[in-house]
Amino acid sequence: MVVAEQKPIEEILVMVADFNKVLLTGCKGCVTVCCSGGQKEVGILASALKIARKKEGREIEIDEITLERQCDPEYVDQLEEPIASNKYDAVLSMACSVGPQYIAKRYEDILVYPCLNTTFIGGALEHGVWAEFCQACGSCGIHNFGALCPIARCAKSLMNGPCGGSAGGKCEISPETDCVWHLIYERMSRLGQLDKMGNVVMFKDWTSSRDGGPRKMVREDLKQ
Amino acid sequence: MRLNYPSNVKIINVPCTGRVDILHLLKAVEDGADGVYVAGCLEGDCHYLTGNLKAKKRVNYVKKVLEGIGMEPERVEMYNMSAAEGARFAEIAREFTQRIQELGPSPVRSGAKAA
Repeated sequence: MVVAEQKPIEEILVMVADFNKVLLTGCKGCVTVCCSGGQKEVGILASALKIARKKEGREIEIDEITLERQCDPEYVDQLEEPIASNKYDAVLSMACSVGPQYIAKRYEDILVYPCLNTTFIGGALEHGVWAEFCQACGSCGIHNFGALCPIARCAKSLMNGPCGGSAGGKCEISPETDCVWHLIYERMSRLGQLDKMGNVVMFKDWTSSRDGGPRKMVREDLKQ
Repeated sequence: MRLNYPSNVKIINVPCTGRVDILHLLKAVEDGADGVYVAGCLEGDCHYLTGNLKAKKRVNYVKKVLEGIGMEPERVEMYNMSAAEGARFAEIAREFTQRIQELGPSPVRSGAKAA
């Protein structure tokens, strides 16, 4: 999933400083799963902003709505009625950064602000802890590395590791960070594939990654 | 026991403090409560095992939110006591009331009045 975390509330308060009525939108997709921008987090942020503004003696009106997804136009369309029938000063989005961009594209005349920092593509390690597992390079080759990704999970994105900074299974950047090359070694050892680690992996072709500019995927069979 | 505790403390019953949500605490502050505290069972004594520990984490989360918006985090607190400790319950009610009196009325209400 896309993992995101809420911006510091001080930053969001500055964003809404000049507004009296805003629409706070959540997303039931990835950010609900990583507990950053679902219905519940929308309620908490709205309440916190209202408390802050009441304290200053100038209340803010906040309407809350959580869409199925903010990265699909059909769901973003559902904001049409509330935006048309309310004079919002701005729309705040608690989706990953795709959400506010979709809202801005669909509703050209209203200010849109992001309330989350989109951090990485990852998964949950335990309840309340998430880690990065993928860097969306566009050409997955993890089968060559014991199904572990050295691009996202090695600090140096080494294709031939480990480096000298690996000690006791941990990376030199932090004692909490596993050395993925240590994990790759252990897994390939368990699978009886250690001989494959002797092969030098050649330069990765990064044209499928961001180096080729913004990416697009087209499925002709699905396209209208 | 006929113990007295300050009449300003309004009790909201929940089946377990594990039921207390971040939003319950925030909404109380938003609606002008001068302070909110959660009275849970002693740590390790939760009938549902971890309800009071979850409540403690949520109280701490709300404290951080309040800090972030420049409000005294001391207005929200978690206390632990056994259901058999009536005297302790009354003592905590007095202690928290004293703390809130020292902090003064909620700026949420004074801010609204100033507007």
